[in-house]
Amino acid sequence: MREITLSQAVNEAIAEEMRRDPTVFLLGEDVAEAGTPFKVLSGLVEEFGTERIIDTPISEPGFVGLAVGAAMTGARPIVDLMFGDFLYLVMDQLCNQAAKQHYMSGGKLSVPMVLRTNLGATRRSAAQHSQSLQALVAHIPGLKVALPSSAYEAKGLMKTAIRDNNPVVIFEDKLMYQDKAPVPEEEYLIPFGEANIKREGTDITLIATSSMVQVAEKAAETLAAEGISAEVIDPRTIVPLDEATLIESVKKTSRAIVIDEGHQSYGVTSEIASRLNEKAFYHLDAPVLRMGAMDVPVPFSPALEDLTVPTPEGVAAAARKLCSGELIHAA
Amino acid sequence: MSIDMTEDSNVPYAIRTYPPEKLKDALRKMYLIRKFEEGAEDSYTRGLIHGTMHLCIGQEASSVGTCLSLTDSDKITSTHRGHGHCIAKGADVAKMFAEFFGKETGYCRGRGGSMHIADPSKGNLGANGIVGGGLPIAVGAALSAKRLGRDDVTICFFGDGANNEGAFHESVNMAAVWKLPVVFVCENNKYGMSTSIDRSTSVKSIADRAKGYDIPGVSVDGNDISAVAEAIETAVARARAGEGPSLVENVTYRWRGHSKSDRNRYRTKEEISDWMERDPIPRFAADLVSHGILSDAEVAELDADTDREIAEAIDFARSGPDPDISALTRDVYTETAA
Ligand SMILES: Cc1ncc(C[n+]2csc(CCOP(=O)(O)OP(=O)(O)O)c2C)c(N)n1
Ligand SMILES: [Mg+2]
Repeated sequence: MREITLSQAVNEAIAEEMRRDPTVFLLGEDVAEAGTPFKVLSGLVEEFGTERIIDTPISEPGFVGLAVGAAMTGARPIVDLMFGDFLYLVMDQLCNQAAKQHYMSGGKLSVPMVLRTNLGATRRSAAQHSQSLQALVAHIPGLKVALPSSAYEAKGLMKTAIRDNNPVVIFEDKLMYQDKAPVPEEEYLIPFGEANIKREGTDITLIATSSMVQVAEKAAETLAAEGISAEVIDPRTIVPLDEATLIESVKKTSRAIVIDEGHQSYGVTSEIASRLNEKAFYHLDAPVLRMGAMDVPVPFSPALEDLTVPTPEGVAAAARKLCSGELIHAA
Repeated sequence: MSIDMTEDSNVPYAIRTYPPEKLKDALRKMYLIRKFEEGAEDSYTRGLIHGTMHLCIGQEASSVGTCLSLTDSDKITSTHRGHGHCIAKGADVAKMFAEFFGKETGYCRGRGGSMHIADPSKGNLGANGIVGGGLPIAVGAALSAKRLGRDDVTICFFGDGANNEGAFHESVNMAAVWKLPVVFVCENNKYGMSTSIDRSTSVKSIADRAKGYDIPGVSVDGNDISAVAEAIETAVARARAGEGPSLVENVTYRWRGHSKSDRNRYRTKEEISDWMERDPIPRFAADLVSHGILSDAEVAELDADTDREIAEAIDFARSGPDPDISALTRDVYTETAA
């Protein structure tokens, strides 16, 4: 199968859906000729024109709100938010408006929009351009949240997101834009709420999202060499969450670590860990561990920044402890 | 040396207003900013610094002219393109470079990097990674000055792109309603990333935004340090007198791309070279020479001195220690209380 980059995969998904459905359009800062700072959208304005690939002024709350209004009235906008960190600016339109229209109107209004943005530290971009804020939006009923972990997922999830009649927030990992993966030429969609078992194992389950899937896979590799068989699962969407697959796995392995690049406290890892505790408690041989980013604003200095996110070594070390029965106290 | 000090002479405002030492220091700072940016760019290209950076080469007169008559207790809020503001407000370039290199010896102990330098000892409340993020903060600093009976003024730097954030409009309105001592300084370099103001902004001149809030708005040649200084002096005097905010638009141009990822497709080579001919630094140097403030030799000496200062600053930065990793979580919260 051909291999393409995550960036190309996103570009293809958007182009295919725009060809298929004339109500789809895209708006955001620097999206047209510039094709975003990460060049993800390069070429789209040449094909679809500036009426459908729209450069906005620097007015995030405004253009996200515009997307909500357009979505409520027949269009299917994709909003490009240059950095996930800018979510804070648009929270009212996203969480008070988009997320709640369908429910508040008794099901009469709907908001079929996609907000695509990104996550991920270790680019030396400091505290306001490095956050992974998926927990923030996953907390709000009415929003769906997708976290692609490779080019394959990025394409399939984006196409599903565009066809979904709910507001969907999709986070891409900035560090993965140039990473290649096999992506079929033929059309495919990845349904929301279906986790992907990336690697089968019997001793411990590593549940990892987005950027952390690679980390978990590397850890599993290391552990395999030591005789520990780790299962790696990528939920792909955290809302909806494929609880069944996660619980099934933990029933088999009796141990789990949940890894996500958002801050650990009150985060995605906490939510998944507590669901496992509630629903697989009697199958567990050890507490479910959470591994997220440290609870610190992302520091600029490379010497510090790299310490703030989970690493394969850290995950492997934690897995070893869990599997050897060493009692784990939350550090 | 005899300077005609009468207002209607064609001696530029700055030259007839400020003592020679101050003028000389202004030129020195302009050189320093230019060379700082070149040094940063060079260090980046050589792989010594990481991340991205937003250079203000070409905009030196705006930074220096704006900060020329401020005191250390006057505040500024700065932007992602903030190195010039920082230097103009009196920062030490060695500590700035150390910050870029992520060192403990940097202004923010390596926590902030290029986009987040703050230097409260000089009244610099910090650069900002969020476009428009500094606008309400500046108004807040002005409110605090008024509430607490201080006479400092806050200068709020922002770009043409930022004028389309709601935060801009909300900030100017509150400052106007409450007559707060703040000066909004728009550095209009015509583009926010690849988007020109013609495509993003409903008014031709950002200064026109002032009309909507019933405050003075003036647009000046931002590459003419004297014109900038004059407009700012008027606005600062008004703010200090309790008459409220003003908006000053410094029309200028950034020579480099927006940041390291810019392909510069949205503007022509001619436009760029046209603006490079309007270089604010030789222009000011020539003015100082022609009005007898500095000799050619003194200008050359400033030029060479600032080269040396930058080279030493980079050495200081490179040789400094990395932050202590055991202090990684220090300063998330302060341990002090009122
Ligand atoms: C809220 C927010 N939106 C977008 C960005 C990305 N961004 C950084 S600088 C910039 C352009 C700003 O333009 P302008 O205000 O004119 O300043 P200039 O870069 O020209 O100095 C953009 C869009 C950001 N950092 N913050
Ligand atoms: Mg600009």
